[in-house]
Amino acid sequence: MSGQGMNLTLRVWRQAGSEDKGEFRFYQLNNVSEHMSFLEMLDVLNERLIKLGEEPVAFDHDCREGICGMCSLMINGQAHGPDNETTTCQLHMRRFRDGDTITIEPWRAKAFPIIRDLVVDRTSFDRVISAGGYVSVNAGNAPDANCLPVPKQDQEKAMDAAACIGCGACVAACKNASAMLFTSAKVSQMAVLPQGKPERARRVLNMVAQMDEEGFGSCTNTSECEAACPAGISVDNIARLNREYLKAVVFSDEGV
Amino acid sequence: MFKVADSPLDGRVPDGAIADKWDNRKNELKLVSPNNKRKYEVIVVGTGLAGASAAASLAEMGYNVKAFCFQDSPRRAHSIAAQGGINAAKNYPNDGDSIWRLFYDTVKGGDYRARESNVYRLASVSGNIIDQCVAQGVPFAREYGGTLANRTFGGAQVSRTFYARGQTGQQLLLGAYSSLMRQVGAGKVTLMPRREMMDLIVDEGVTRGIVCRNLKTGEMEAHTGHAVVLATGGYGNVFYLSTNAKGCNVTAAWRCHRRGAYFANPCYTQIHPTCIPVSGDYQSKLTLMSESLRNDGRVWVPKSADDNRAPNEIPEDDRDYYLERRYPAFGNMVPRDVASRAAKERCDAGFGVGDTKQAVYLDFKHAIERDGEDVIRSKYGNLFHMYQKITAENPYQVPMRIYPAVHYTMGGLWVDYNLESSVPGLFVLGEANFSDHGANRLGASALMQGLADGYFVLPYTVGDHIGKHGSSLKPLGNDHPVVQEALESATSRVNSILAVNGTKSPDSIHRQLGQIMWDKCGMARTAAGLKQAAEEIRGLRDVFWNEVKVLGSGDSFNQNLEHAGRLADFLEFAELFATDAWHREESCGGHFREEHQTEDNEARRDDDNFCYAAAWEFQGVGEQPVLHKEPMEFNEVALSTRSYK
Repeated sequence: MSGQGMNLTLRVWRQAGSEDKGEFRFYQLNNVSEHMSFLEMLDVLNERLIKLGEEPVAFDHDCREGICGMCSLMINGQAHGPDNETTTCQLHMRRFRDGDTITIEPWRAKAFPIIRDLVVDRTSFDRVISAGGYVSVNAGNAPDANCLPVPKQDQEKAMDAAACIGCGACVAACKNASAMLFTSAKVSQMAVLPQGKPERARRVLNMVAQMDEEGFGSCTNTSECEAACPAGISVDNIARLNREYLKAVVFSDEGV
Repeated sequence: MFKVADSPLDGRVPDGAIADKWDNRKNELKLVSPNNKRKYEVIVVGTGLAGASAAASLAEMGYNVKAFCFQDSPRRAHSIAAQGGINAAKNYPNDGDSIWRLFYDTVKGGDYRARESNVYRLASVSGNIIDQCVAQGVPFAREYGGTLANRTFGGAQVSRTFYARGQTGQQLLLGAYSSLMRQVGAGKVTLMPRREMMDLIVDEGVTRGIVCRNLKTGEMEAHTGHAVVLATGGYGNVFYLSTNAKGCNVTAAWRCHRRGAYFANPCYTQIHPTCIPVSGDYQSKLTLMSESLRNDGRVWVPKSADDNRAPNEIPEDDRDYYLERRYPAFGNMVPRDVASRAAKERCDAGFGVGDTKQAVYLDFKHAIERDGEDVIRSKYGNLFHMYQKITAENPYQVPMRIYPAVHYTMGGLWVDYNLESSVPGLFVLGEANFSDHGANRLGASALMQGLADGYFVLPYTVGDHIGKHGSSLKPLGNDHPVVQEALESATSRVNSILAVNGTKSPDSIHRQLGQIMWDKCGMARTAAGLKQAAEEIRGLRDVFWNEVKVLGSGDSFNQNLEHAGRLADFLEFAELFATDAWHREESCGGHFREEHQTEDNEARRDDDNFCYAAAWEFQGVGEQPVLHKEPMEFNEVALSTRSYK
């Protein structure tokens, strides 16, 4: 690429509020450096819009290092854009070419209503966690940490699942807007650790019930969620959730 | 530039031997009976490690809690980005660690400017934190036998750092968040996400609540209770470029300061040595590469200033491993302030590398030769991945280029031993207070402090305030004059910002502020530079109030307005920062005054004149603040010059 930078056409979803009708608007952005992150490119667009007297594009972001889960965006139809295991804030413009048109949309799911432009409300995820994504232990009660040995492979498995950043890409990528990958990551983390065993049955039942109540769809078994996940969460966790759920229904006192 | 208060400030440290102080204090504190706790409401602002752990613990005890954050979910708080680990004096590796040694390292690492009694308490509850986190299901790294693993961090000669890959902060925060969400499910915590605290409500000298702006609707809301807990993090974004999240701000703390809470040691800033260097003028933030990398990576620059060969073509003999050369005892594991200054020294002397010459190498060649790529990948895989994403270079094959960046702020609202500010009923936890890290924080100690404050200190001390005042504090309605006044002042501030209607975006003014701060209040400071910085900040404040341009309205979701409001507070705060740095005529920890250094460029403290915490009292914007001095007494660890040689 030359030192001139790229000339891009941005096709951005604009929507004033949750009840307003949205539309795509086109913006021409020139001389974009390949070293910019995607969000820095949007910063540049917004600075331009302010100069022109148009309200800047609203988008969620915070840590800009791929861990807080606040950034989102469907970029050319892909959650967090074209790179594997990469959040939008870690996506860099070197991934695009001079002359590209880039379509930028919010997550689209019934359980994630749009607040403004590219910003959605993901508090449904918090409610799924509050239905059971925890170990019931009060501060001050814990025995010495090494009283409870955990096999290294179990800890690694728990860590793989616990790496979920709660961004919602799995939901956005799924044609049913299912939250199975998100929910199963938390269920899995707790199911493979001894600390999570006492509450495993009620945990999975309550979290799945809450997931349904929030309006997330059913799992499609197509693994789009895994492909979109910036934290590399595996669909194996969904299989584990299904086993946990079945066991809870059939064998536990908590079953329906 | 300031006035000095007549009498010294009292930290209200309990009596007794250092190891007994916390027990002694706990025995004196008033209790609130279980049946009465449910009558009281505590407001917690911020949901990072300190805020989430405090809110969860208070709710578990029976208080009603309202938890506020500006993000869309409590799980986004910037604690989540902490990478390397959390210290605890467990002595699991059997390498001679103890509470006393963690205490000693922290006091020394802080360059003798922290409150001894607080640090001792921090070290003594550090083990409980690990126990609590493991019980919650935090997946800390383990050995094959199933016990917990440890690694080494800067400023220590023992392995006391617990970690969860390179995502320790994430896992600890998700642990605290899960406890918080359990209490939300139980109806004991009401979550208030997407709220920005705009003001503190104080009646007759006692904290009664907060005013916040609902960021979704723009509505100004008053929330009152029996105590307010502020856990709103640090103010590193006053430099614009820092490793902080974009939303991190000083607004909540500054609003409390304006209502009477003293602000202590604002100039103590930690510049972290291992960050990815600045690459262009569009850059929006800086990314940290964990200190844990210095366990295996070796820092070097070419021996010759104009060596333009690619790093892998520079033979060993032509490399200067300057940390190992200058500090043979600690080598690459010296504390952050020391490592940062050493990097700056090499770059200023012309030995820097890369296009900008403002970088040094962090090289894993030897570690990979010794342990193999797989071992290095298992320890630091996510960090290497992140580095490659940002720079498009593969750190398994070429050394990382790193440079210091603003990372953490040791200063914060002044608190006494109970973590209560100078306004009764306002408690301040975690990075937002000043008490535990002195002039420099050791790696893996921020997570420790946040959780210590939230799980094991505040739950005891808040009861003392409520036990003493709770029954006499009747609820304040929205029509009460102090609530009205706070609501109106917050609303009028928003309206004034919108009314300016100038030509400059908040971001462009914020970048200018950052440049002033980095150039004159950064890693090397001088009296003349600081004085000039204060003047330039005042000038920039005028630019803001005459020329800022914020589009849209105050009664809708408006991120530009949010940024402008935070910037307005940074512009007031920055002047205090410069004043504090100017007044402190010594070098200590992260505060380096060029006039005060030894012959080999180490910091030179002045214990005779500056062994105190500087707690500033607000007198009005542009007015001279009043300096209250809390003497720092060192009875356990003798004051001495830090040496890592």
